[in-house]
Amino acid sequence: MIPAAFDYVAPSSVDEAVQALAQAGDEVKVLGGGQSLLPVLRMRLAAPTTLVDLGKIAELRGVRDDGDAIVIGSMTTHHEVTRDSLVAAHAELVAKTTRTVADPQIRHRGTFGGSLVHADPAGDLLAPAVALGAEMVIAGSSGRRTVPASEFFVDYFTTAVAPDEVLIEVRIPKHTGWGSHYEKFNRVAQAWSIVGVAAAVRSEGGSIAEARVALTNMGSTPIRATGVERALVGQPASAEAIRSAAQHAAEGTSPTTDGNADADYREHLARVLTGRAVSEAAGVGG
Amino acid sequence: MTRITVTVDGVKYTDEVEPRTLLVHYLREQVGKTGTVVGCDTSNCGACTVHLDGQSVKSCSVFAVQADGSEVTTIEGLARDGRLHPVQQAFHDNHALQCGFCTPGMIMQAIDLLGDNPNPDDEQVRHGLEGNLCRCTGYQNIVKAVRDAAGKMSPGAGPAAEQVSSQARSGVSGGGQ
Ligand SMILES: Cc1cc2nc3c(=O)[nH]c(=O)nc-3n(C[C@H](O)[C@H](O)[C@H](O)COP(=O)(O)OP(=O)(O)OC[C@H]3O[C@@H](n4cnc5c(N)ncnc54)[C@H](O)[C@@H]3O)c2cc1C
Ligand code: FES
Ligand code: FES
Repeated sequence: MIPAAFDYVAPSSVDEAVQALAQAGDEVKVLGGGQSLLPVLRMRLAAPTTLVDLGKIAELRGVRDDGDAIVIGSMTTHHEVTRDSLVAAHAELVAKTTRTVADPQIRHRGTFGGSLVHADPAGDLLAPAVALGAEMVIAGSSGRRTVPASEFFVDYFTTAVAPDEVLIEVRIPKHTGWGSHYEKFNRVAQAWSIVGVAAAVRSEGGSIAEARVALTNMGSTPIRATGVERALVGQPASAEAIRSAAQHAAEGTSPTTDGNADADYREHLARVLTGRAVSEAAGVGG
Repeated sequence: MTRITVTVDGVKYTDEVEPRTLLVHYLREQVGKTGTVVGCDTSNCGACTVHLDGQSVKSCSVFAVQADGSEVTTIEGLARDGRLHPVQQAFHDNHALQCGFCTPGMIMQAIDLLGDNPNPDDEQVRHGLEGNLCRCTGYQNIVKAVRDAAGKMSPGAGPAAEQVSSQARSGVSGGGQ
């Protein structure tokens, strides 16, 4: 199918993009990598009158070192994230999760920022952003503001980014030397997560010193599994300790029932997958 | 209408397009590259796969205006001097198609995969072709063909061999390719 007609603007700087958004009125949409938006436009589930394409804004692409954090430009593609040496060294969880997203063609176009603003509860990159305590930098006509991941995701497909704003970059505190893993449960290739678990662990002398765990698709927004994190800290990195901590995974979640899974099955999955993700992150077999 | 300039299979085209024109429709209807096909409305099937500045993309999920200034390689741009590309030849030799509808996309994605990993095992081929669906073959001979082609192609083959400009990619990411 063919999308409804729209005006197309391709600004070359963030300031121009913000201006274009302000001038275009209500029915405007930002175009990132287009890998979620194009299918929506083709099926005419949305018919914006103006698209503001961020594809020509060089300052939005790439990853840079910023002292105690790395900063990922919102238009950095999934493919680039999986190949980036800063991400590999300081936010390995993001690289590992991104490898599980969609398929190679979509990873060549789809962007880190677009995935976050799209905020599909089954989207895989939300949980690692929450787990690692990312901060999102948003630009609008009244300037720039920074929103922590814990406040960024508001509801299904809804974030703190207003229709006339642009997500420009994501700051991720360095987690250098942490072990990490993303455990995703789906049934066929290209399918979205029924449940996913993002885990990062810092071990010290055979025990778990710090842990970050967040869940995909266990509610309308990604959920930090704080009960699991608390139960892990100070424990020996052993299969037994991890299994017992993982029992807290479904606490405070509100999963839906749909064609893929009932809510209580999702809770079961959250516990099982948390056990697997943390074991893998901590380098514990079984 | 918006004016775009795109190099398709080595030839430069300047055209007026509506912004809502999908790259695949531009290629088929304005440039005449009907070798690239559309198989779905949901970005799932991969039949429309082409290379955009050296990277495989689903051309139904890119607007033609987004390809302005870029180089596109379609299935029609692979043969050289009347000889099939080694991946095309391997699909032929290994009976890697039945109806053939998925084949243009399969071949374009297989070439991308081999550019990344010149010697993939079965599992890696299956993962690399995750975004391409085939309703006929059951994939066995497709996997065989890709591995056969890998064996016959010298290292370094793949999108780089098409000598596409890497402008759009260079200086993009701190980590490089
Ligand atoms: C077949 C298929 C399978 C997929 N499988 C998965 C999967 O397994 N896991 C997964 O996580 N994702 C999956 N995806 C989605 C993919 O990861 C998309 O790349 C991602 O959801 C959107 O990123 P994008 O850059 O393409 O954004 P777009 O499609 O361009 O935009 C998505 C939304 O975000 C807005 N937006 C984009 N960028 C910005 C910005 N910088 N500032 C403000 N607003 C912005 C747009 O206005 C739009 O509302 C899949 C997609 C397809 C088609
Ligand atoms: S036509 Fe199916 S993915 Fe493009
Ligand atoms: S050969 Fe018919 S779809 Fe693949």
